[in-house]
Amino acid sequence: MISAERIPNNVGLSSDKRLLRALEHWQPAYLDWWREMGPPGFQDSHQVYLRTAVSVDAAGWAHFDYVKLPEYRWGIFLAEPTHDRRIGFGDFKGQPVWQEVPGEFRNQLRRLIVIQGDTEPASVEQQRSLGAHCPSLYDLRNLFQVNVEEGRHLWAMVYMLHSYFGRDGREEAEALLERRSGNDDTPRMLEAFNEPIDTWLDFFAFTMFTDRDGKSQLLSLSESSLDPLARTTRFMLTEEAHHMFVGESGMGRIMERTCQLLKQSGYSGDVRKAGGIDLPLIQKFVNFWFSQSLDLHGSEVSSNAASYFSNGLKGRAEEDKFDDDHVLAANMYMLDMIDDSGRIIRQEVPMRNALNEVLRDWYVGDCQAGVDRWNKRILEAAGMSDRIALPSRKFNRKVGVYAGRHFDPFGNQLAPEEWERKKYEWLPSPEDKKYLHSIQVTPVYKPGQFANYIAAPQRGINRQPIDFEYVRTEA
Amino acid sequence: MEQTVAPSVSFEVDRSQYKHWKLSIDGHIATIAMDVREDAGLRPQAYKLKLNSYDLGVDIELADVLQRLRFEHPEVHAVVLTSLKPRIFCAGANIFMLGSSSHGFKVNFCKFTNETRLGMEDMSATSGIKFLAAVNGICAGGGYELALACDEILLVDDGSASVGLPETPLLGVLPGTGGLTRVVDKRKVRRDLADDFSTLTEGVRGKRAVDGRFVDAVYPTSKFQEAVAKHAQALAAKSDRPASGPGITLGPLSPSIDGDTIHYKYVKGTIDRARRTCDLTISAPDSPQPQSGDDYLKAGDSSWALRAFREFDDLLLRLRLNEPEIGTVIVRATGDADAVVAVDQVLHDHASHWAVREIIGLIRRTLKRMDLTSRSFFALIEPGNAFAGTLFELALAADRAYMIDHPDEDNTIRLSVMNGGAYPMSNGLSRLQVRFLGEPESVDEALAHDGPFDAQEALDAGLVFSAPDDIDWDDEVRMAIEARAAFSPDALTGMEANLRFAGPETMETKIFGRLTAWQNWIFQRPNAVGEKGALMTYGREGRPQFDFKRT
Ligand SMILES: [Fe+2]
Ligand SMILES: [Fe+2]
Repeated sequence: MISAERIPNNVGLSSDKRLLRALEHWQPAYLDWWREMGPPGFQDSHQVYLRTAVSVDAAGWAHFDYVKLPEYRWGIFLAEPTHDRRIGFGDFKGQPVWQEVPGEFRNQLRRLIVIQGDTEPASVEQQRSLGAHCPSLYDLRNLFQVNVEEGRHLWAMVYMLHSYFGRDGREEAEALLERRSGNDDTPRMLEAFNEPIDTWLDFFAFTMFTDRDGKSQLLSLSESSLDPLARTTRFMLTEEAHHMFVGESGMGRIMERTCQLLKQSGYSGDVRKAGGIDLPLIQKFVNFWFSQSLDLHGSEVSSNAASYFSNGLKGRAEEDKFDDDHVLAANMYMLDMIDDSGRIIRQEVPMRNALNEVLRDWYVGDCQAGVDRWNKRILEAAGMSDRIALPSRKFNRKVGVYAGRHFDPFGNQLAPEEWERKKYEWLPSPEDKKYLHSIQVTPVYKPGQFANYIAAPQRGINRQPIDFEYVRTEA
Repeated sequence: MEQTVAPSVSFEVDRSQYKHWKLSIDGHIATIAMDVREDAGLRPQAYKLKLNSYDLGVDIELADVLQRLRFEHPEVHAVVLTSLKPRIFCAGANIFMLGSSSHGFKVNFCKFTNETRLGMEDMSATSGIKFLAAVNGICAGGGYELALACDEILLVDDGSASVGLPETPLLGVLPGTGGLTRVVDKRKVRRDLADDFSTLTEGVRGKRAVDGRFVDAVYPTSKFQEAVAKHAQALAAKSDRPASGPGITLGPLSPSIDGDTIHYKYVKGTIDRARRTCDLTISAPDSPQPQSGDDYLKAGDSSWALRAFREFDDLLLRLRLNEPEIGTVIVRATGDADAVVAVDQVLHDHASHWAVREIIGLIRRTLKRMDLTSRSFFALIEPGNAFAGTLFELALAADRAYMIDHPDEDNTIRLSVMNGGAYPMSNGLSRLQVRFLGEPESVDEALAHDGPFDAQEALDAGLVFSAPDDIDWDDEVRMAIEARAAFSPDALTGMEANLRFAGPETMETKIFGRLTAWQNWIFQRPNAVGEKGALMTYGREGRPQFDFKRT
């Protein structure tokens, strides 16, 4: 039997027969998945100091305690409803939002939810080897916090599938547990979620850039006319913020440590000799994960994007900040396209078709703000002249109009041979990866200690000291 | 959206320059892999062929690949149809191409693609070449219809690959290449399951696809190639084609085009724009023809039977697509009728030789193409004509045949063994059987007739429509043609299509008679192509607005 008590929620689970019946089957399958694909070696003999959401109010959404990972209380939460909420964009603008899925949009909505849902368990799978190589207990705890919350995000999407999509929804929910990141037979749906994340620099860059794509998508879904979807995703955003904090601060702490090591060597030595991670290597990871995450926003010109917007399924991020009619029936958008001879041409496309690019605009701005913070608070503060920069949007793209061509990080087009020759100046090479693996061979499990390549954080979690035992083996 | 007139299309393809398909042959298995070049559509400015979607140019190449497999590669016993694009098999006909094409172009596009799909089934039924669809990614609409034309469908089970017919829910039209018909008629999917399936935008995948009989089997990615190879071998083992070559290489037809005249070796077409007619003449063999199957191999693509009907086929296609206003085709056959009958005898006697079988098949399909061409055909049988045997099928395929009853000049027609069922129509009957549906005995009488028919005999036997004498002939024929040209072209298209196919229904007749007709109707309706129609708003300006009155 499903115990509504073990599943914190504000959706009236204990009296929701449909949901109880669906979870009856799904919850055990989820736990099996977690045991099989969650962090190996940290399932039964470790207690982790984790945040659990037990309600959506200020006091309840961040409840801290030690918990064994499989006993984490994954819950189902919707953000508080907005009174008389109206559809904010598209062809139905101004009408009341939907509390049920309109039959006409059932398939499209299901697809949006399944694609979002598929990324959540995927990232847990991608990151599963990292625990054995952590730079500190603090970071290990953050990894697990991200992992359990991605698990909860899966629950959030499964709640939508179970509650609103009938048999199809239940089947899709099962399938979310059957696909496996990187498995040739049952891969995850999006390519970026099939690459293993096996170094901590990858992890931090992933949470900085790819979780931020998650934020883009969640922001646009939180505008949705389907009110329960909007409310679910709004609550997910509060958790997502922490993931990006982990990424941004993690990379920041690596840079900080790099600056310290450089300073110690009188700014002359090779940081790698001192066991640190040089800034050019960090830049390569920025280039890789940023470009990968740009691809996740989809093609620059997209009929799906147009139809999602018109139908009111997916808005722009922070829709109400746009100073236009939110219908966009006749608006145009200027875009760099490529003509038949391969030249870049500025071209006007209908705004509705360019909405992936509009979302990408928001995303790039949000990334840039993070990069600016690194440059100012870390590099500039340390007296360095080097800066981290985002590469051009055209760089290293596999999706959209720039796919199949080669550009350097400044947006200059390159011949294929030139790209082959130079790509490892801009992207992590096998040697780079080897180096990163070499400095994370030995995990750091002692409270208050940090691997040589990363600085300690400014403060601990939930006002605990930095040398707090964030993960402890069970006595 | 403005509707663009298609540029003049050629149906001949240089095999070394396929843009959209990769053909590879390994032993007895040919693999045709779809790899559509986005920027190489027939109108690259108007649409991009994304996700292995296709336009007429892509399909012309496919038809060419199939034709070459039939003739040039006797060692090929089975074909695997697959895709080189990761996770995409084929997304079907390109929507933006359809949305920006004229009605006539859409209809002809669908007709040609239908003929190509049916050609695959024809290969399976008569050529000893079976088809396996190795569906290695998303397979929607026309993509699934392509798979349906294969003998077996294998689907990769990777959690995302699916088969589906999303036309109705997504585009407000029908799957235009036999999808609905084949789902219930060929794969025998239960009607309610098919109804559900045809309203899903995302199709079905995995076990559900197998349970509903939408595919034959699913395999995980890691086992897929191996399974495809195994199934293909099993299909190839059923073939009676020779183990090895040589085949017959199909060279270019290279017609000479001079203004409104197109001239091949045996076929000539001349357009009269004022009268909106095309004079089409096919001439009989004028040199010694092969006497056996091996002779046919030696003759390569130069034998009359092969060459003349390839030319005729090409001319029909050009007329259909490039000359929409030429409504009446006046068919003549000239030359040595005895030579045609002699060729027929050799074709008949050696019909079990693979190459002869292919030549007969090509003639059969070309004649079907004529049956399905929405132009009025009048056969004119004049002194010196070669309407005998196989060429008399052209007169039988015509809507009417006029024969001069000439007092001074010899003017006769002849039947041969090949009129007895070698070239069935799409309803499975010979043209004589369809003609004499109400008097079946007339078929045998005509076939048993000894020697040529003169005009009066032909008229009495019911083989021609009218036999004016030499004095009435010119006026009679002129007025018939002029009257024809004045009628509504739409009414004529509908009328002819209804009259030509008397007799039983087959999957083929259903595809052209029911599916295509409905599809063509839907293609005209505001709910599809009006300003707010589903086809026009797809991916652009939001949702379609329908007039909800049922007709
Ligand atoms: Fe997430
Ligand atoms: Fe996240």
